[in-house]
Amino acid sequence: MEAESKDKIVSIEKPELIAPPDWKPVIMGILCNWCSYAGSDLTGTSRTQYPPNIRIIRVPCSSRVDPWFIIKALQTTADGVLISGCHPGDCHYISGNYYARRRFLVTKELLKMVGFHEHRVQFSWVSAAEGAKFAQVVKKVTDDVVKLGPLHLYKKENFNR
Amino acid sequence: MARVGVFVCFCGANIADFVDVPTVVEEAKKIRDVKFAIDYKYMCSDPGQQMIRDAIVQHRLTSIVVAACSPRMHEKTFRKALSDAGMNPYLLECANIREHSSWVHQKDKKGATDKAGDLVRMAVAKSIANEQLHEISVPVTKRALVIGGGIAGIQAALDIADARIPVTLVERSPSIGGRMAQLDETFPTLDCSQCILTPKMVDVASHPYIELIPYSEVIELDGYVGNYKAKIRKKASYVNFKTCTGCGACSQKCPVKVPNEYNMGIDKRKAIYTPFPQAVPNKPVIDAEHCTYLLKGKCGICAKVCEKGSIDYKMVDEVIEREIGAVVVATGYDLWDATPYEEYGVGRYKDIINSLEFERMVSANGPTGGVPVRPSDGKVPKTVVFIKCVGSRDKAKGIEFCSKICCMYTAKHAILLHHKVHDSRAYIFYMDIRAAGKGYEEFVNRAQVETGAVYLRGRVSKIYQKGEKLMVRGEDGQLGQEVEVEADLVVLATAVIPDKGNPALARLLGISYDKYGYLSEAHPKLRPVETAKAGIFLAGCTQAPKDIPETVAQASACAAKVCGLFAGDTIKKDPMVSTVNKEFCSGCQNCVKVCPYQAIVTEDIPLGHGAKEMRTVAKINEGVCQGCGSCVAICRSMAINLAGFTDPQIINEIVAI
Repeated sequence: MEAESKDKIVSIEKPELIAPPDWKPVIMGILCNWCSYAGSDLTGTSRTQYPPNIRIIRVPCSSRVDPWFIIKALQTTADGVLISGCHPGDCHYISGNYYARRRFLVTKELLKMVGFHEHRVQFSWVSAAEGAKFAQVVKKVTDDVVKLGPLHLYKKENFNR
Repeated sequence: MARVGVFVCFCGANIADFVDVPTVVEEAKKIRDVKFAIDYKYMCSDPGQQMIRDAIVQHRLTSIVVAACSPRMHEKTFRKALSDAGMNPYLLECANIREHSSWVHQKDKKGATDKAGDLVRMAVAKSIANEQLHEISVPVTKRALVIGGGIAGIQAALDIADARIPVTLVERSPSIGGRMAQLDETFPTLDCSQCILTPKMVDVASHPYIELIPYSEVIELDGYVGNYKAKIRKKASYVNFKTCTGCGACSQKCPVKVPNEYNMGIDKRKAIYTPFPQAVPNKPVIDAEHCTYLLKGKCGICAKVCEKGSIDYKMVDEVIEREIGAVVVATGYDLWDATPYEEYGVGRYKDIINSLEFERMVSANGPTGGVPVRPSDGKVPKTVVFIKCVGSRDKAKGIEFCSKICCMYTAKHAILLHHKVHDSRAYIFYMDIRAAGKGYEEFVNRAQVETGAVYLRGRVSKIYQKGEKLMVRGEDGQLGQEVEVEADLVVLATAVIPDKGNPALARLLGISYDKYGYLSEAHPKLRPVETAKAGIFLAGCTQAPKDIPETVAQASACAAKVCGLFAGDTIKKDPMVSTVNKEFCSGCQNCVKVCPYQAIVTEDIPLGHGAKEMRTVAKINEGVCQGCGSCVAICRSMAINLAGFTDPQIINEIVAI
């Protein structure tokens, strides 16, 4: 059964597609203002180094992140997405990150069903004090996406509109 | 057509060493909407800001991008520069090329430069969708509500009222005073608690700006900062306070005896009672749970002896409403129940008491007239063992935190014991002596030297009865020996825990509390008296264990915060709030459910232009909204947008990466 259902999924990932030598992944990071963005600032002030592939967007709370943003990014510019918020229980807005957590679980399942590798879109909780952790998370996401290769097959320009 | 100005900062060498700034400027100039781009050594300096101001006027710019440090650092600075040039400050976007690029990619100049260029492009794209926003003004009701009439509530109320701001002080019990009214003398100066507290209590009662509502509880709080509406339930006292003179004849004649809470149950009070002689207001209330007349319809002695006819058995609870602008929560503490310490025989042996019971015994107005006695036989104890950290700092049985005040009050108890029973000796089992505070270490030394109190560093493993005595077996860690003390009385310094009603109160007020039940401050260091909800402040042990000086300081800090809030006629608020487009709203009310601040309500509007039929749509109270954006993401109809972080702004950013 499982093998059968797997066959039906048309994977977007094309492992046979070899990345051009000058290819560098682009990762979109959406960070909440109060914990993860502050944490990423701390990474800067403590000069912890990480790969320069991530482009960071600031939002007030991880609950502001619409799954649409993730899909839009994968459609247009990004090879991977990282979303980070306050640790569960520490939300600046009391309960926002709980909504975010549930929404991301569903989004992730949806993206898997469509055929994305689960490492394309990752979620993490980084507090304002965890500068070093932020660098680690970015490194991990970048490494994962490098292994997966470019995502341009799914990009909008390859569809006949 | 947008005209964007881009200003790239060197930040001295901070950015310029690792990012090729001129290249970033050249890249920015290639963006269609960018009409002006320039770099400068320090953008945040005066000449740097002047460059922005000049360019706004010269090049008729419609939005500004500053590529420099984190917006958390200098967003406010540059916003001000914009408004100085007559531009709406919210047309500014910051590209964080220092914390997010130059500082974290110091070994990869090309990567860092590329990234900086991308970050500028994203910021430009976002800024094009920026809208003019204006700070929100919210009117203020200048009246404060103080919940709790202990020393914290008293101090906060007095300080606020002295600033000529009306205060409503709500106290649950029949009298204000709280825990401090139960204390005998206070460390480290040994001044009598009653002597310093009761004048303040009287001040509260007589202050023209304080409305004291005793024997009542807050049951509802609606609204938002500056505009709260509180419902207060006044419990039926069955005594008409207006006519009662407080003569006390009713209490004398009342035949019902009930354990006295004020004296920790050591003696009895009547069913109609004033908690203690210095109570404010000094009027009795009838305890409905124990009054024979109210339970069985017989007795009525108090009504017979009352010359003023103040007893009213038909009185019922009354709910009153007050419009207020700010709340100070000061609900105080409780003592942890030491029953889990089975090896101590808590509950089995009568001569094991907690520190507040001891405090009542040595108090001059206490049930034993100021002399400690053994509860079992009423004899005066000669050897008293004090055990510290009962429940505190004990992850397994009690609570992980340190209760902070026990080291000091146990030293005080040793001194008081010595004052009351001269030939007595105190043995104190402790883990550490934490005496940080003005005059505190000296006070502990005084206890050791003056009274000869024996401090034993170690835990007690067992207490058992031997004849009349209690044998306390423990460890003297410094000698590495087991010790056994033959004690007449054992006093446990049990942990300080928050009031049991805290979680319910926190839910009612819409603020958060920690796993122990202490109410949470907005920031542990920099905002210690504010809560995450604007206009609600914390004072005293409701936030964490504290001694009296700290509690008073925090209460005064609350008062300063309240006065600051009420300084103007309106409160300014960030305009980053959500708004509903009623045309698109389908009325599903998902946003109402997710809003953590209950800022969203529904309203009925006509179905169409001039139509009689109505439909329901969401409506956001911008005074309450804190701008998290939960409602925006949950909205299926895309009818809600969050100013400053609208969908077009974020999508523009994503597409521009």
